[in-house]
Amino acid sequence: MNFDFSDDQKLLKEQVRKFLADKCPTKVVRRVLDGPEAYADEVWKGLVELGVPATGIPEAYGGLGLSPLELCVIAEEIGRAAAPVPFDSSVVLATEAIKLAGSEAQKKKWLPLLAEGKAVGTLAVSEGAQPPRPRNIATTFGGGFLNGKKVPVADGDAATFAIVLAKNGLVIVDLAQKGVTKKRVETIDPARKHAEVTFDGASAELLGTEGDGWNLLERLYDAAAVYFAFSQVGGAEAAMWMACDYALQRQAFGRAIGSYQAIKHKLADCYVKLELARSNAYYGAMMLTDGGADLPLAAAAARIAATDAYDFASKENIQTHGGIGFTWEADTQFHYRRARVMALSLGGPMAWKDKLVTRLEQKNVT
Amino acid sequence: MDFNDTPEEAAFRKEVRAWLDANATRKSDDKASFRARNDDPNLLKKAKEWQAKKAAAGYARMTWPKEFGGRGASPILQVIYQQEESNYLVPLGFFDIGLGMCIPTMMAYASPEHLKRYVKPALHGEEIWCQLFSEPAAGSDVAGIRTRAERDGDAGWVINGQKVWTSGAHYSDYGIIITRTDPNVPKHQGLTMFFLSMKTPGVEVRPIKQMSGGANFNEVFFTNVRIPDSQRLGKVGEGWKAALTTLMNERLAVGLPSGGLDVDELMELARDTDLDDGPAIRNQQVRSKIADWYVQQQGLKLTRYRTLTALSKGQTPGPESSIIKIVAAPKMQDMGAFAMELMGPAGIMKEDVPQAAGFQAQWIGGAGFRIAGGTDEILRNIVAERVLGLPPDVRVDKDVPFNQLGKK
Repeated sequence: MNFDFSDDQKLLKEQVRKFLADKCPTKVVRRVLDGPEAYADEVWKGLVELGVPATGIPEAYGGLGLSPLELCVIAEEIGRAAAPVPFDSSVVLATEAIKLAGSEAQKKKWLPLLAEGKAVGTLAVSEGAQPPRPRNIATTFGGGFLNGKKVPVADGDAATFAIVLAKNGLVIVDLAQKGVTKKRVETIDPARKHAEVTFDGASAELLGTEGDGWNLLERLYDAAAVYFAFSQVGGAEAAMWMACDYALQRQAFGRAIGSYQAIKHKLADCYVKLELARSNAYYGAMMLTDGGADLPLAAAAARIAATDAYDFASKENIQTHGGIGFTWEADTQFHYRRARVMALSLGGPMAWKDKLVTRLEQKNVT
Repeated sequence: MDFNDTPEEAAFRKEVRAWLDANATRKSDDKASFRARNDDPNLLKKAKEWQAKKAAAGYARMTWPKEFGGRGASPILQVIYQQEESNYLVPLGFFDIGLGMCIPTMMAYASPEHLKRYVKPALHGEEIWCQLFSEPAAGSDVAGIRTRAERDGDAGWVINGQKVWTSGAHYSDYGIIITRTDPNVPKHQGLTMFFLSMKTPGVEVRPIKQMSGGANFNEVFFTNVRIPDSQRLGKVGEGWKAALTTLMNERLAVGLPSGGLDVDELMELARDTDLDDGPAIRNQQVRSKIADWYVQQQGLKLTRYRTLTALSKGQTPGPESSIIKIVAAPKMQDMGAFAMELMGPAGIMKEDVPQAAGFQAQWIGGAGFRIAGGTDEILRNIVAERVLGLPPDVRVDKDVPFNQLGKK
């Protein structure tokens, strides 16, 4: 039985953790939250120097050629720090999309740029009020040109290119061109900037086969769900310990509030959910690494458990802090906001639960 | 990452399988054999025979030192044995408390002569042990026990009082018992531990019929029960320390109930149940619940794998396994109740409805499982205090002599 990360992977995790503790304390998250920056540039540059965007890219395309397990431990640390960097958009979604569906030429063009941090990618799926489903995607691609509007797009104004879901397929589009307009939109989490991106005859090319967009997106989401789960686990753990630290300090009715069972049981439940999420995320990582047949099911379980753990820990962290936890100056808000953004961005728990049962039914048939 | 055995583990698994094949029958259908096993009136006799066979082959307690019949082996090998054994039709369960809790406490405190006398018969299933801790007025707060042990001359003690929830007392030969020897000091300080024969005059066992209809628990009454001082475990007044030795092992001894129904059976039921909009499996509320329980079921299995990984590498497991009963017990109760709901009004019937009995057993058994071996609430306290480092609750009785408690 070897259901754990290797010593090297744990060392890498420790290294990223130290870097982020040093370079990305909560005051950096706050700076981005309060300010106009698209993301914390110095933190992103440091991560590029550490080789983070290159981690999962094969050596043939200028990457480090490491396994998904390495990227999983990194994701956990990004989540723990609630780092305001385009990790989810660029390192996870855009990079994985190209690895999954890109032609040789597309891989040769984009992956080295991603590995070196010279390109920042994102994924553009949603088109506003309706949850994205195949039937309500209006963006079209034809004759090499893309038309439509995507919103919200994570890191949409800072990204240099995007993978866009059009009616008739996934396309890859350079965002620095005439025919692309970007406008920042306000969201619940100003620490992670989002934009509205309009394509008006922008030149683009297909990623993968025409008509295969939704199918590719689902497969991309399965991989992303695992990386997101690690990030959510990291965030949930950070929120849980923040609450524990406060519960030890804060006195009420003559003793630390952490000695009251109402607080203890709530925080014990954070731990229970966290460990359920961690175990499911590990299995997702294992399936991702082996190309295991169980990936769709493992990814869905990891996604559901991790979303639940992060939502719960981040909200109960505020509750444990009481009034001070609801102020702008408290750090509790970072995880609360991020937890919800992460919960919705690949589709929410309701959709994933439905998907999980569908996959269970398929598995039982075969 | 993988779920594979190391070469040493694989070789051992092969050895165990060969031995089990030669000595037991492989289960054909897990659930059917579970039911058959629980209905067998000769179960105890068969369990003793199986335990003897297992002990003779050296599989009964592999982690114990060789002098006590073990192999001084890594816990992972014991787990592998149990994993393999669970695929065979063998009677289990009678010896877990004795070998998991009582005998390890004996090993920590009993004299070499007593160990020589008692360990082997326990290991070989000839004598069964029970744990006499809980009382009517002391459950979660077990240090609040009232059963008295008083000096009976220099060489002995006389015990009076009552224990309750004593699993297996009705078929046990011996027990370890925690008593109050000094009511004039605060509760944790006045306790002393002993062991005794359940046949000692003055010991009376009365089975308790449970809500589920079973009777695994007992009340045990002690009326002027005289035992020699040589049966004391640890020093006078240090019974709490000895009790902690026992309780530390409890988490390992109170395992998960095996062979019960789970998500697969719930899905089967949901496919066969006709609702307004088609089979229940198409209903989003039903799907949402199935997904939640699947995530929990997988989460528990995989959490266990993480613990096994640490054991396999010769490391001390992390605290992650402390979540298992907190999740498993309410899941059992809630899933049972939900499955019954799917069956409609007939879900209450004890006959004619396929699968009803299994889910009803979970619904009713879950209510007990949430209490046995540490309640949901006590387990949350343990996680909060030992894992998260939160302070213990204020103990108003901490410095008060036991016989002054409740007096103003």
